[in-house]
Amino acid sequence: MTRTFRGAIIGMVAALTLSACGGGGDDAGNPLDQPSGGGGQANLVVGSANFPESQLLAEIYAQALTAKGLKVTKKLNIGSREVYYDQVKSGAISVMPEYNGALLTTSVDENSTAVTTDEINAELKAKLPPSLEMLASSQAEDKDSVTVNPQTAAKYNLKSIADLKPVAKDLTIGGPSEFKTRTQGLVGLEKKYGLTFKKFQPFDANAQASLVKLLKDNKIQAADLFTTDPAITENKFVVLADPQNVFSAQNVTPLVYKQAVNATARAALDAVSAKLTTQDLLDMMKQIAVDKKDPDVVAKDWLAKSGLNG
Amino acid sequence: MIAMREPLVRWDWIGDHTGELGELSAHHLKLALVPVLLGLILAIPLGVLCAHWPTLYPPTVAGANVLYALPSLALFMLFIPYTGLFSDWTLMLPLTLFTLSVLVPNVVDGMRSVPEPVRQAATAMGFGGLRRLVRVELPIAVPVVIAGVRVATVASISLVSVGVLIGNGGLGQLFIDGYSRDFPTPIVVGSALIVVLALVSDAALVAAQRLLTPWARARGRTT
Amino acid sequence: MNVFADQVREAWRWLTAAAQWHGDDGIPHRFSQHLGYCVLALVIAAVIALALGLLVGHTGRGGFVIVSVANVARAIPTLGLLLLVVTVTSIGLTPVIVPLIALAVPPILVNTYEGIRGVDDDLKDAAEGMGMTGWRVLTRVEVPVALPLIMLGLRTAAIQVVATATIAAVAGLGGLGRYIVDGLARKDYASVVGGSVLVVGLALAVQLGFAGLRRVVISPGLRGMSRTS
Repeated sequence: MTRTFRGAIIGMVAALTLSACGGGGDDAGNPLDQPSGGGGQANLVVGSANFPESQLLAEIYAQALTAKGLKVTKKLNIGSREVYYDQVKSGAISVMPEYNGALLTTSVDENSTAVTTDEINAELKAKLPPSLEMLASSQAEDKDSVTVNPQTAAKYNLKSIADLKPVAKDLTIGGPSEFKTRTQGLVGLEKKYGLTFKKFQPFDANAQASLVKLLKDNKIQAADLFTTDPAITENKFVVLADPQNVFSAQNVTPLVYKQAVNATARAALDAVSAKLTTQDLLDMMKQIAVDKKDPDVVAKDWLAKSGLNG
Repeated sequence: MIAMREPLVRWDWIGDHTGELGELSAHHLKLALVPVLLGLILAIPLGVLCAHWPTLYPPTVAGANVLYALPSLALFMLFIPYTGLFSDWTLMLPLTLFTLSVLVPNVVDGMRSVPEPVRQAATAMGFGGLRRLVRVELPIAVPVVIAGVRVATVASISLVSVGVLIGNGGLGQLFIDGYSRDFPTPIVVGSALIVVLALVSDAALVAAQRLLTPWARARGRTT
Repeated sequence: MNVFADQVREAWRWLTAAAQWHGDDGIPHRFSQHLGYCVLALVIAAVIALALGLLVGHTGRGGFVIVSVANVARAIPTLGLLLLVVTVTSIGLTPVIVPLIALAVPPILVNTYEGIRGVDDDLKDAAEGMGMTGWRVLTRVEVPVALPLIMLGLRTAAIQVVATATIAAVAGLGGLGRYIVDGLARKDYASVVGGSVLVVGLALAVQLGFAGLRRVVISPGLRGMSRTS
């Protein structure tokens, strides 16, 4: 018994050491490595977070850049902002579709109280690390929200998040894992509205479809749905008003690694932002989530319609 | 308003995506097979050492068991700080560790399957340590080693798909694509292709074993 | 190497933090959820696989089919099956248990079948010569002789299930995988490492449990016949 145990300990140490060594030594200069695209003018890396709208926006950016003769690599479906932000900061990603308000409070300044598009963009300009820049914002917005199903809205006569105060303790709210620890999430909801929910049901950000199903079946009563989700109108869900502005303005804006984007790239991305509206996002998201069209096809159609494809 | 019930597979989707499916399959195979190859290269010397110095064996097996029990997702994540989010090595190095956990015990078993009289006969014929190992012991161990390679290959091909949770993962990409859009077709197609890749690789290994052990064919079954 | 030392230190802090040990997101609760999924999946898988393996091994018919099907089943990606079942049904216990059963059946099935099939014909003849009927030959001779292999299959299945049940979290369920999945989303590596340590700990405990069980249930005459590790 003791011998087995000692063997296990030695083995564990051996395994961990092995894994540490394997990780430490092997990365540099290996011919099988993918090109990392670190910051040169030659190759732009467009990334996306792990939900369909972000992939759509990345496709739009990538195709708009390609149309201007720039060389583009796509890295889609990376993960949450907590994961990809560092990659942009280091230059491994050159262009990333962002939402200005969410970026400010998750990655730049957790305590920021900025609410409007202008306030947020001013703060971002001042506080972003020197390697990064937010280009011009589009007027298209997609916010996180507290959305309830129709039966819950009717039962408690809910119109605003503030109406939840007396009843939150009986309700389960669902959302992506990071919603629990973000200011634009449960943390802010508790601070500004004094809400404590009965339970939090965590999901990956790419599980919006599951969230919708649970909300429809009343397994959860509230959810952090993106306001461009076509399921909201389809299921008559109610997006609660947010008078205390827990969820700030969320304009779709390209976050770029400064060194990687030249004037041509900037112009291409600015042209996209100038055209993109919230209604466009709603239409395109319906094509992707309901009609099951591929994001790259939907992106291509939109660029053609907007005259940005060449 | 309610949409028609989504079918399990939209066949026309497959036709529209053959190019993408081909690329993902090729990348998937690379992500899965490089670790098996690396694992084998490392496992043979490790296994030979363990077979010669039996005291090394219990800690090695214990280490292999720990590796085997690690959740693959966690191991992928833990490699991110070392190899970077976008490197294929972030998947391939952890998978190499997994294949080691299967292959090392198999190499040891293979070496132990060499009958003592055979070893003595080889020594008597003047085969020294290294020559005896390469010319006699390892060939005899081939069937058992390949059995391990088959298990490792199938497991590796299946595990690669978990990598999609860190944004890589070959055909696993299709799982998240389907899941995030409530769209079963890509998930079914991705899973089916993974099973096909596994079966084809397995068949290739069986063929390789027949080529590597011609004496087994001549004599009928060995193992 | 420094990063590695930091990871270890952070994980230790995470594991020993008092807040980690109570409540819905506390270790005891997540641990029991994890164990619950595993036990449920394993019991169902064992019933299916043992019944099928004993039947086919004893009658000797359909062996090729069983082994081929099991090989295909081994190749099915667990994550794909999980997400597929979630997509066509809904969140719940089913999408987690189904893939875990699919994962656990092949090793138990193949080992049971091989174990029973491998019983020496002379031994069976002897048993029949002593007047045993088919059922008694199976329970008194074949199963005890095949038990080391069957146990090995159960152990392999159990360890795979314990490690893989972490993906329940991807479909919004609980278990120790929550720490790993949430940890990635929130970039909290301590939680990823801490969660993994707990999973590995559970897997090793399962392994020790099986080693102990072997001593109890396997006939003394058979010990040492198959690898123990």
